[in-house]
Amino acid sequence: MRDIKIKSDSNVLVTASDKDDAGVYRISDSIALIQTLDFITPICDDPFEYGRIAACNSLSDVYAMGGKPLTAMNIVGFPTKKFSLDILQKILEGGQSVLDEADVRLLGGHSVDDSEMKYGLSVTGVVHPDKILRNNSIQEGDVLILTKALGTGIIATAIKADMAEESSISEFILSMTTLNKYAAEIMLNFNVHACTDVTGFGLAGHLLEMLDGTSLAVEINSNNLPLLPQVEDLASYGIVPGGLYRNRDYIGTAIDFSSDIKTIYKDIVFDPQTSGGLLISLNEKDAFDLLSALHSAGIKNASIIGSFKTLSDKKIYIR
Amino acid sequence: MSDKIDARGLSCPQPVVLTQKAIKDGKSNFEILVDTEVSRENVLRCLEKNNFNAAVSEDGDIFIIKASKK
Repeated sequence: MRDIKIKSDSNVLVTASDKDDAGVYRISDSIALIQTLDFITPICDDPFEYGRIAACNSLSDVYAMGGKPLTAMNIVGFPTKKFSLDILQKILEGGQSVLDEADVRLLGGHSVDDSEMKYGLSVTGVVHPDKILRNNSIQEGDVLILTKALGTGIIATAIKADMAEESSISEFILSMTTLNKYAAEIMLNFNVHACTDVTGFGLAGHLLEMLDGTSLAVEINSNNLPLLPQVEDLASYGIVPGGLYRNRDYIGTAIDFSSDIKTIYKDIVFDPQTSGGLLISLNEKDAFDLLSALHSAGIKNASIIGSFKTLSDKKIYIR
Repeated sequence: MSDKIDARGLSCPQPVVLTQKAIKDGKSNFEILVDTEVSRENVLRCLEKNNFNAAVSEDGDIFIIKASKK
């Protein structure tokens, strides 16, 4: 994208170069469109759950911008020679069940015969132009809440190795099929300064995006990082996705780990997440109130994981 | 006698799965060939966790990991 010139337009409020979750275009003084697109390869064996996960993952960017999704289009790549169309039917039913839950209307879609299975959605939502939640509008002293446990990349790898326990798989699927809608609706009752969701770049990658263009750093309390079951053991056995190492190679130099930090935290901050939680930045008092509101609503893994400060040298400190 | 596991061209987690299988089968000395940094690090983690010594040598783009029980 770097070399592609895009005409400037004052109605384009958020675009790809902003490294935010979705694009935003103002269509009137009170309405801006949010547009996003995401698709993934299968992350679990059950096609219906795969469809649900892909849909939650695609919708998440709209919630992370502080918006409300309205419509969606299916994006499908399907190997018709390898799998029966019943599988595709189940994937689409899974996606539709999530759209119904989110009160989003499917308007159509497009499919191609593909060597690898892919499913996702293009989603359109709305937000008031003055209420866009950008990812890097953090303020000094802000406290950071993460709403879901980390470790989906490691568990997905363990499923491929047949090393994930049933209870871990259930927790993993439950986490990824939980819409960020619920956390976002609660978040919008508070004066949130910035928000994003944790996806492929892992926690550390998305923290760097929150810090982009600011002079602040983030200090993370590793003891407060919520983890999916079994991830510590699996990572120690080398059940680690390639994406985790790629994230580490790409952003590792921006991070300072305390010398006594457990190995799992040195891994988990780079683990690529699918349908990960929201990262919400707001002042400390509001953060405690938001956290208890999230817990009361059953978002049990929500946790205050750190705070934004002026610190020299590195951008991210894991303590 | 040293067994050889050729995990070249396999993506994660298959090299680890093959390493685990060798250990479960009771092998105490074996070699694993991998061709990515990711596979190298994951296999080394697996050996460490299973109480094996590991020595890595490189031959072009290939990592040869010699494993022996501690």
